[in-house]
Amino acid sequence: MTTLSDITKVQLENGLTVLLKEVKTAPIVSFWMWYRVGSRNEPTGKTGVSHWVEHMQFKGTEAFPGDAVEKMVSRTGGNWNAMTSFDWTTYYETLPADQVRLALEIEADRMVNSLYEPEEVESERTVIISERQGSENEPMFLLDEEVTAAAFRVHPYHHEVLGDQIDIETMSRDDLYGHYKTFYAPNNAIAVLAGDFDTEDVLAQIKEIYGDIPPSELPRPFVRPEPPQRGERRVMLEGDGESSYMVASYHGPAANDPDYFPMLVLTSALSGARMMGGSSSNRTSRLYKALVLEELAAFMSGSFFATIDPYLYSVSVMARPGVTLGEIETALDAEIARLADEPLTEKEFEKVRKQAKAAFAFSAESVSNLGFWYGYSEILDDYTWFTDYISKLEQVTIEDVQRVAKKYLVNSNRTVGHYVPKSQLVPA
Amino acid sequence: MNNSLPNLDLASLPGADTITRVTLDNGITVLTRENANSPAVVINGYLMAGAINVDQAQAGLAEFTASMLMRGTQTRDFAAIFEELESVGAGFGVGANTHTVGFSGKALAEDLGMLLELGSDVLRNPAFPADHIERLRGETMAGLARRAHDTRSMADMRFDELLFGADHPYGIASGGSAETVQAITRDDLVAYHQKFYGPRDMAIVIVGAVTPQDAIALVEKHFGDWQNPNQPETATCPPIAKLESKATDHIVMDGKTQSDIVLGFLGPERNHPQYRAVTLTNTIFGRFGMMGRLGEVIRNKQGLAYYSYSSASGGFGPGAWNIYAGVNPENVQLAIDSMLSEATRLITELVSEEEIADSKSYLIGGMPLSLERNEGVASRLMTIQLFGHDLDYLRRVPGEIAALTREDLMQAAQQFIDPEVYALAVAGPGNN
Repeated sequence: MTTLSDITKVQLENGLTVLLKEVKTAPIVSFWMWYRVGSRNEPTGKTGVSHWVEHMQFKGTEAFPGDAVEKMVSRTGGNWNAMTSFDWTTYYETLPADQVRLALEIEADRMVNSLYEPEEVESERTVIISERQGSENEPMFLLDEEVTAAAFRVHPYHHEVLGDQIDIETMSRDDLYGHYKTFYAPNNAIAVLAGDFDTEDVLAQIKEIYGDIPPSELPRPFVRPEPPQRGERRVMLEGDGESSYMVASYHGPAANDPDYFPMLVLTSALSGARMMGGSSSNRTSRLYKALVLEELAAFMSGSFFATIDPYLYSVSVMARPGVTLGEIETALDAEIARLADEPLTEKEFEKVRKQAKAAFAFSAESVSNLGFWYGYSEILDDYTWFTDYISKLEQVTIEDVQRVAKKYLVNSNRTVGHYVPKSQLVPA
Repeated sequence: MNNSLPNLDLASLPGADTITRVTLDNGITVLTRENANSPAVVINGYLMAGAINVDQAQAGLAEFTASMLMRGTQTRDFAAIFEELESVGAGFGVGANTHTVGFSGKALAEDLGMLLELGSDVLRNPAFPADHIERLRGETMAGLARRAHDTRSMADMRFDELLFGADHPYGIASGGSAETVQAITRDDLVAYHQKFYGPRDMAIVIVGAVTPQDAIALVEKHFGDWQNPNQPETATCPPIAKLESKATDHIVMDGKTQSDIVLGFLGPERNHPQYRAVTLTNTIFGRFGMMGRLGEVIRNKQGLAYYSYSSASGGFGPGAWNIYAGVNPENVQLAIDSMLSEATRLITELVSEEEIADSKSYLIGGMPLSLERNEGVASRLMTIQLFGHDLDYLRRVPGEIAALTREDLMQAAQQFIDPEVYALAVAGPGNN
């Protein structure tokens, strides 16, 4: 069986953090290169730059022009991709084990040598606009975007990772290239390898391939903490369709805050646990019972991400036909109020713990999953954030949960958004 | 360029020496493969109660029945079912497809007995509680209303109607319509379950930290005594009337910012002699790298779309071989022109040596990756059982792919692609 904590962590002289985790269960490796940059680092006017840079990193270098790498990876039967989020941008290759060097070389090359050819920038501009337009077809995307923007007046979490349309239209090649040259450097990166390899051998290869890449001078972090919210904020949207949607987003604690794990237990009991690789539904959660089983909502989900700075706990609901969003809000408020009189039970606690244990067992089945979680937790803090996850959950007490419920789940700390179809608006 | 195929250890793929297959007296086949690497276990299975058994007037009945199973049994109510699953971090679900009703579950290995006992109970003893019928109906109606405003779903649905025919089971929208869902009664659900749910031709696949002996014994214990003397013969795909000219439609959905396009042809069924050649051709056409030739032209060169790819999906009957793209409404015609010109190239020019070598490598080399997780193995074992393969099937696939020639691919394309005769559905804002 795979034990998650047996891992090698080293830092090269140029600042590159390296995490190596041998898993010999299948002849596969997964290599991840994480950069400490995401939408959190983007000033107004350059929103979406991290995501666009991620796209440009697939457009070739001198050594591997055009789609040469794409073909090399596909020929092995492997896959590669990338993701951009609030706090990070990450690239990965999952390949047959004998191809590990290919992955190491691809990421070293594009850490410094990407070309950003002007015609590629223009072609990708329309692709990203198209990606955004596809998202805009979804009422929940539109609502989330508005609610998040209202919840964060100051902090750059306020804009979508995709960026604002106007910025995608106006950013220049130099904006993209400048972002790349500023943030893509070994001292701002974490390399994670999980799978079937020999640690000593691979570490020597990593030193050889990455050791000469110079560190960069990183700018002062662009951080604008969100001031405390002084009252409930509300956002109203009108749009197409026949369905009404509601999002209620409460400011929550950051991943490193002592309140994070109590809040995780609380939100899991309220709206279901969404842990790594977990496969449990949310139908015994308090809000599913109150909203869906009570026939107010057709759909309910909760999200509470682990982030560097405080982000949001969001409850998203699609109303059943004929039910108003006002009725749904009343039911939500009643459930939040009930937490004060009826604290979480030992049974609810035990459920969250067992779900975490199962999710961990499932995640260990896949080296790609491991590469993701080790890197993600290293971005937040340290890989032990992941390996200590269950023990931290087990330390949470009922009193902790009551405390965070009172602190975070209050109306003055939330933003509520309504999406109502135009067809259902009563003319004035 | 290196044209050699990946160095694949065939013995590492699941085969007759690592898969155990037995058929119980009542007709249920069990396939199992042990994997002691993680303390988890996956179950997958199907029975022959899919939507093909329902006519258009009752569209949605098979899906509704399957979705009701988890809402209560003779001895467990909704809360008890989900409490049992969620309290141990396990999952279990049932859903109807065209031919089959599929079910799948995942749990820690120590909870496999619970999962099979619960799975047996929901499949065999559903109670169809009246309050949950109305609750599910409400949720389904909301889902249908949402679907009506989803460009991708609307284009997909209309495409299937155009290609297979509005009264063919493959052309009928899964989930039904507001009218048909509104008309479903409890008696319909009970009758459907009693008639079509049974052990004949059913399969259960178990992969994970459990020995074959223990897995089979558990299935025998929980399913071995199931009988349904009324279960009809398994339905087959009715003949499909081939298109004689192109069939196109544009569903106007104002207020949207992107148009979704589905264009395609009638492809092969899974056991068709040219199925493997079509799969490889399709890899070149719309999968390899950033989605093959289509992605290269429509996304990369023309910058028209965030996504463009193709898929060839054959099952018991012929599937669609189709092309997808999401584009700015102004670019719809440009994208369609590119799709058709790329389709034409497949039937008029041999693919290059490099393309065929690349895509062979991709399909063969990708097999270990797709088999890394228990889910991946379970889904391959399901395929083996569904389409009547022997247990060494997966070990033969790489050789069959490697043997295909460029001429094989062109012939396969010519067999199924006619750029003058296709189905095309577009959903998005109206034409200016």
